[in-house]
Amino acid sequence: METDLESPAFQHVQAAHCENGVTTALLRHHGLDFMTEPLAFGMGSGLFYIQIPFLTVNNGPAISFRTMPGAIFKRTCKALGVPITHKKFSSEQKAQAFLDQKVQDNIPIGCQVGVFHLPYFPKEYRFHFNAHNLIVFGKEDGRFLVSDPVMEITTSLTEEELTKVRFAKGTFAPKGHIYYPERVGIVSDATIRKAVVKGIKRNVRDMLYIPGSVAGVDGIRHTSNQIRKWRNKLGLRKASLYLGQIVRMQEEIGTGGGGFRFLYGAFLEQAGAILHDDRVSQISEAFTLSGDLWRSSAIKMAGVYKGRLTEQQDFEEIADRLLEIREVEKEAFKRLQKLKLSY
Amino acid sequence: MKKDEVPQDPSALDQFTREVYYVKNDKGQYEVALSRGWDVKKEALDSAWDEVNIRIEAARKAVAAGEASPIVYFMELKLMDLTVLSGYTGFWPFFIKRHMKPSVFGRMSDKKLARYAQAFEISLEELKNFKG
Repeated sequence: METDLESPAFQHVQAAHCENGVTTALLRHHGLDFMTEPLAFGMGSGLFYIQIPFLTVNNGPAISFRTMPGAIFKRTCKALGVPITHKKFSSEQKAQAFLDQKVQDNIPIGCQVGVFHLPYFPKEYRFHFNAHNLIVFGKEDGRFLVSDPVMEITTSLTEEELTKVRFAKGTFAPKGHIYYPERVGIVSDATIRKAVVKGIKRNVRDMLYIPGSVAGVDGIRHTSNQIRKWRNKLGLRKASLYLGQIVRMQEEIGTGGGGFRFLYGAFLEQAGAILHDDRVSQISEAFTLSGDLWRSSAIKMAGVYKGRLTEQQDFEEIADRLLEIREVEKEAFKRLQKLKLSY
Repeated sequence: MKKDEVPQDPSALDQFTREVYYVKNDKGQYEVALSRGWDVKKEALDSAWDEVNIRIEAARKAVAAGEASPIVYFMELKLMDLTVLSGYTGFWPFFIKRHMKPSVFGRMSDKKLARYAQAFEISLEELKNFKG
């Protein structure tokens, strides 16, 4: 039983978002029992908005409601003083050999994968999306044991299947990318408070002060302006597809609903409790409102791609709703900034 | 969103998993709820697939009319773009665009074609003999 004491059995954590889930599960595995998905998301300043100019994804606008892939794990671990190891591989053999060794040492490992060849995903979801994350935590009868945070239960993959998704190609090609906390020491309450405050401040900066007009709260206005033009510029069919793409980025599995806004609301609620500061929990309400507004705008957008709403007036109304959302989020982040939180 | 408002619409998720939502309970606190799916996003996904199928059919017709090589068809069938196909074959996009011309395709070596066949997960014969 000695080995059991040294390396406790891995506990699967289901999460809304894969990277939050991997971060939470790996840190909890190393003894940080306080870690939750909203905390990982907030400490990593996960909330964002960007419409990347001149880029299309799956023939639609490239929009993201969250920060760039990999940032949440990196920032959250750093804030907690946890050193991490990142590794990419040029050879598939070396990539698997390294993983085999870690599995043998009983160390759960985060892996970046593509979903197009991921056999347990439903076909409807299998696009060439390469920023999915899962944990490999063991091997049985030649199959890797897999904890995919978006799933309710764990699953497994053959060596070939895992290698294929670890070496998926295209944008954000993972190149066998693996990552894990190197060692986790004692994390004091003061460190946790500091991580929460830093996470909030960085998120204020990203949403309010990022240069340019395509990202942060101004990015929402940018998309709003674009939507007003889409119907005339692209034609109704393509314009509807573009709206569908926004809804998918905003609501698809992995967002926790409302473009991650509910997840951020949950973070601020927990942050308020950690900082013993009711003002923080109160601002959580603004993000609940924002998430609700995003969802109601999605319902309106659905009216367009279902062919029920076809007029320019409908596009104008959707664009107006986005402006309203921008105001709510801008106001909320300004309030967070004015708190002048300290730790 | 309140807990009792969590949508439970049947969707492609049904064979896979339920997904996590962060919702407000009756005490006004956040908690986690599981959902089977939401019609609004199911329809967004459906319309994305309609578009994929339209593109596949257009590519098939282009091959049948002798305007495009089978590479165009299989690229659409496998939901790829030039970046993805370039990654899987190792050919630069510039060359892939050339290989999409039937005249160039007809003169390509089996060795090069095999790289495409492997990327598309089909046999060399299937790739060569696809007529649209």
